Amino acid sequence: MIENLDLGMVNWARAQFALTAMYHWIFVPLTLGITWIIAFYHSIYVKTGNEEWKRLTKFWMKLFGVNFAIGVATGIIMEFEFGTNWSNYSWMVGDIFGAPLAIEGIFAFFLEATFFAVMFFGWNRVSKGFHLFSTWMVAVGSNLSAVWILVANAWMQHPVGQAFNPDTARFEMQNFAEVAFSPYAINKFTHATSSSMLMAAFFVISISSWYLLRGRHIVMAKRSIVVAATLGLLASVFTIFNGDESAYEIAQVQPMKLAAFEGLYEGQTNAGLVAIGLINRDKKVYDQQEPFIGFNVHIPGLLSLMANRSFGSFVPGMKDLVYGNAEHNILGAVQKMERGKKAVASLDAYKQAKKADDKAAADVHLASFNEYKEFLGYGYLNKPEEAVPPVALSFNAFHVMVILGSLFPLIFLGYLYFSYKGNLAEKKWLLGLGTITYLLGIMASQAGWIVAEVGRQPWSIQDLLPTTIARTNLTASTVQTTFFMFLALFTLLLIAEISIMVKQINIGPEEN
Amino acid sequence: MIEQLDYKTLQHLWWLICSVVGALFLFLTFVQGGQSLLWQVAKTPTEKDLIINSLGRKWEMTFTTLVLFGGALFASFPKFYSTSFGGAYWVWILILFTFIVQAVSYEFRKKPWNIYGSLVYEGLLFINGVVGVLLIGAAVGTFYTGSNFQLDASNFVTWTSPLRGLEAALSPSVSSIFNIAMGLFLVFNSRTLGAMYLINNLELGEIPEMETRLRKACWQNLILSLPFCLLIVASLLFMRGYGIVDAQGTIEIVSFKYLRNLLANPWMLGLLLAGLGLLIYGVWKTAKTTETCGIWYGGLGTVLVGLTVLMLPAYNNTAFYPSKVDLQSSLTIYNASSSPYTLKVMTYVALGIPFVLAYVAYVWWAMNRTKIKIEDTGDRAAY
Repeated sequence: MIENLDLGMVNWARAQFALTAMYHWIFVPLTLGITWIIAFYHSIYVKTGNEEWKRLTKFWMKLFGVNFAIGVATGIIMEFEFGTNWSNYSWMVGDIFGAPLAIEGIFAFFLEATFFAVMFFGWNRVSKGFHLFSTWMVAVGSNLSAVWILVANAWMQHPVGQAFNPDTARFEMQNFAEVAFSPYAINKFTHATSSSMLMAAFFVISISSWYLLRGRHIVMAKRSIVVAATLGLLASVFTIFNGDESAYEIAQVQPMKLAAFEGLYEGQTNAGLVAIGLINRDKKVYDQQEPFIGFNVHIPGLLSLMANRSFGSFVPGMKDLVYGNAEHNILGAVQKMERGKKAVASLDAYKQAKKADDKAAADVHLASFNEYKEFLGYGYLNKPEEAVPPVALSFNAFHVMVILGSLFPLIFLGYLYFSYKGNLAEKKWLLGLGTITYLLGIMASQAGWIVAEVGRQPWSIQDLLPTTIARTNLTASTVQTTFFMFLALFTLLLIAEISIMVKQINIGPEEN
Repeated sequence: MIEQLDYKTLQHLWWLICSVVGALFLFLTFVQGGQSLLWQVAKTPTEKDLIINSLGRKWEMTFTTLVLFGGALFASFPKFYSTSFGGAYWVWILILFTFIVQAVSYEFRKKPWNIYGSLVYEGLLFINGVVGVLLIGAAVGTFYTGSNFQLDASNFVTWTSPLRGLEAALSPSVSSIFNIAMGLFLVFNSRTLGAMYLINNLELGEIPEMETRLRKACWQNLILSLPFCLLIVASLLFMRGYGIVDAQGTIEIVSFKYLRNLLANPWMLGLLLAGLGLLIYGVWKTAKTTETCGIWYGGLGTVLVGLTVLMLPAYNNTAFYPSKVDLQSSLTIYNASSSPYTLKVMTYVALGIPFVLAYVAYVWWAMNRTKIKIEDTGDRAAY
């Protein structure tokens, strides 16, 4: 079956997964972040009894509800798509990957689903205390679901706590704690949830700024901004710190991804971080073209510091990782492929020997397989250059994310400063910028996921399972059809969602 | 104690857990049933709003249970997940579509500037209520009638029908009749449950005509479901099945396999009969008396019937996902499960399920102790 590989199908399946994930991620960060913000508003209402805070809470809840529904709709596809489009993957790693998904369902989704109705409709049905508790539980449930799905995703990037079982021809879990508490997963969770919080803060600030510019709902807008900007500032600073930690993790376990998103072809000591630059899209890892076109600015030593916590350290480039670098003791994809092919051949021979009931031969082949099994995934690559992800896309996405992410704390600071001074409503330039901050947040967030997912290609499971093997045995035209079906459906739903949201914002909160 | 459980016990236990989740999902399809009844029992916008606002507070539970059913199968029987979802591609994609459109329809239906108008969203809810449940039923039917797939040495699936799963209902065969009957039984049963739930959850004092229509719909849908139910039960008594015949896991066609399974496990027969009895009693209470508690009997009955339907093709050395084209590719709870380590980890996790059920029950009680009234539909947060 692998011999009949249909690359067209794989690419359409990739496109479909990217489409569904990116649509999903338009809505999810808002859910993750705004539930906390609503819980804060709701708590202030319960503590003060001030009806203005209730009005405010109900208003943001309303907008959250519109967003939540479409987030759920796009989310269900993600889970089932692993089976429909990536069935080989589902079989080969379901033993490990399925567990976090099931735990997410049992503990997170039910918490969210159960208390969601109370949060929205419990105003006169349950006690004030229980109602507030329910609002907090929706926030906890949403973020708990992020924990488990990010544990699953982190495991794909850094597959710990597992071993390949040659008898079942799949990866099996050996240590659940290693999977659940992998540092990669912890970084991923903190980075995703703190960035979601800042996005939700921007959502509140964008709408509130628009109200202030229009001179409507002044009190509600100002109050909303103070809470959102405070949480947003904390979240944005935290996001920068854990983003740095994520980059360090990536350097340790996915050096190719780091090299790609920095456009680093030749390894360097005291490597600089690209502050700004135009990447050469035509450059290949094997040619001599310049990596950048014209003007580019590097900050000396910063990439080395980020990757290894040392200014003078060596950061491998894509060439080192493809062709190897003996001086720095780096094994390239070329060498790994040789070993990977031996692993694949030994595995096949082992299966044949077992089928023939030849125990002695089976033992020999198994020993050979065990020697090379850590390179198994490389055995399925056709050429070493396949180990390089799309460089330009990774580079551009990373730099959009970093540049925007660096600006965000300044915007929150500006809002807090002028709120403190009491003249925010007069700062039209800031309010004007504020109305588009949510879009900037979406851009940064989407760019972050492009870095994470495009940057790890060609792997479904880092170094172990190439995306080409993970697919389902479908024709390209079948997946192409469903790609356009999803595209049409999501776009129609997105148009309706934006329209409803705009109208709800225009109507504003309920009057006293 | 969990550490002491052997692999076989864990495999049985996890099929039971998946079956319980699946059976609970079938009970919660009262949401889908209510959706498909909307145009039949609600004649005015206010009546429609009442129904939507009642079901709208529960749709997410059904949705979440379906997601958990998928997640639990992925974790415990990944070979089924990969074989069925990757193989019967079009069936699952269509099911997904019907649930995607459901999720937004409640929230968008009455909102100003919803672009497509309320009728479109009601139509989407109807599609989810009928097509979604029908396809899920037909997919469950293939647990008995088999599917068209082969697995290679690496357990990668090849589906041998170009219809990618839709042949379960579209091919001219006895199997298709059984699968469609299973689907239609679930559709009519969900409508029966939907009527029972709405009677229980709505304050209908001001609109007695709708109450009459709901009670009538409950009875009608039971009557409509009965022929399909009888066809399924009769088939199960006579149809051949796919049995594991030796210690190597060889699969062979076994005559009267499901009857044998019932006789080997009389408690399953008891569950089935008790389930059907409770279901009929719930309908009788709803349709022929002024009681509103029929949903609890009907719901429990559905759970028991669902449990039997899901356990019968898996226990007693039976292939729960048989291949019609290559018997030895058939999936059993023994060859399709996760490793013992994963099943043990997941069993520890499952210890939390009673806690989850407890808070779900408490919140359900807290929110449902006051019935939904017409004034509840006027709130801006209302659906």
